[in-house]
Amino acid sequence: MTTQWHMLTLIGEDKPGIVAAVTRALFEFGLNLGETSMLRLGGNFTVMMMVSGEHNEAELRDRLKPVIEAQGMCLHIDPIKAHLHEHLVPNIQVTVTGADRAGIVAQVTSALAEAGFNILDLESDVAGTADKPVYIMQIAGVADVAVEVIERALVPLREDGVDVNVSAIETYIG
Amino acid sequence: MAILEILTLPDDRLKQVSEPVASYDDELRAFIDDLEETRLNGPAAVGIAAPQVGCFRRVVILDCSATRKPVPNHGRLVLVNPEITHWEGYEMGREGCLSVPDYTGNVIRATRIRLTAFDADGAPLEFDMEGYEARAAQHEIDHLDGMLFVDRVVSRRTDLFKRKVYQKGGKP
Repeated sequence: MTTQWHMLTLIGEDKPGIVAAVTRALFEFGLNLGETSMLRLGGNFTVMMMVSGEHNEAELRDRLKPVIEAQGMCLHIDPIKAHLHEHLVPNIQVTVTGADRAGIVAQVTSALAEAGFNILDLESDVAGTADKPVYIMQIAGVADVAVEVIERALVPLREDGVDVNVSAIETYIG
Repeated sequence: MAILEILTLPDDRLKQVSEPVASYDDELRAFIDDLEETRLNGPAAVGIAAPQVGCFRRVVILDCSATRKPVPNHGRLVLVNPEITHWEGYEMGREGCLSVPDYTGNVIRATRIRLTAFDADGAPLEFDMEGYEARAAQHEIDHLDGMLFVDRVVSRRTDLFKRKVYQKGGKP
C-alpha cells in the first residue's frame, strides 16, 4: 500500500512556539512529517508540510482545529501524490536584481521556461528602502542545455535594466 | 582490489576522528587501491575519505578533473595525512556525500587553501588549491575529523550573493 500524503499549508501572524505547537499535535495524532518548508514572509509565519498517517482529510482537520484556533492560524489541506527520496539536484542558478517594478518575475521565469529550464527553488525578496525598493530573486533549477543557452535567453532582461547572473552549480559529491 | 562498504548516516563511526598514517607500506597502498575502486563505484563521487569505509586513517582521494566545465585542479590526488596550512576567502557551493544519500545542501568553504600531505609512498606534497578543488579537499579532510557536510549546511536563505556583487563593485 502506498503512503497517503497530505500537504498542510498554515499561515498566520508570526509568534514564538507555532511550529512546536503544531508539530506536537501532529505527533500526538500519530502523523509523520515528510519534507517541510517554513518561511517568514512579510512578517507572517508560513509553513507547508507533507504529512502521512492513518487518517483522512476530515479527521486531520478536526484534530488540528484546537491548535490552529489557539494559534490564530489559517489551515489548508490537500491530498497529494508524493514520494520521498526523489530529490532533483539543481545544475544552474540564476540570480536577479533590479529596481522593483511589476513583471520582473514573470519576464525572467517565462524566458527560463522557454529555454527549457525547470525551476526547483525560487526565492525572492524586496530589499532596499521604501522609497527605493530593490527586487532580489534567486532561482535554482535543472536544464539539459548549456549555461550559455540560459544566459542568452535572459539577455533581453539585461537590456531592460535588470541585473541577471547565470552560473552552473557543480555539486561536489565526496 | 575490492569495493568496500560505505558507512551512511546515522552511523556514529562517521563522527570518529581518524589517526595519522605511520607507515607507508604495501598494506596502505592496497587499501588505497580499494578506496579508489570504491570511489569509482559510487554514484558520481569526486572524492572519498578512508573513514567513509570504516577505516579510521588519515587518507583521502579526490579527482576534480572530470567536472562538466573544467575547473583548476591537480588531477587525481591521493593525500595521506593532509593538513590545510592556509585559508583565504569564502564562498558557498553545493555539496552531497556518499555517506548521506539523497541530500545536497549549500556549504561555505574557503575559496583558496594551501595543503600539505604525503603520497602513498610517503613523499611530501604541497598544493595551492582554489574553488571546487579546495572545496573537495575541505570536505574530505572534514571526514578525517569526524565532520560531515550536513554539520555545516547553511539555510538556503543565507545569502552570499549580495556581498559578492558588492565586492566585485557591481550594481547595488
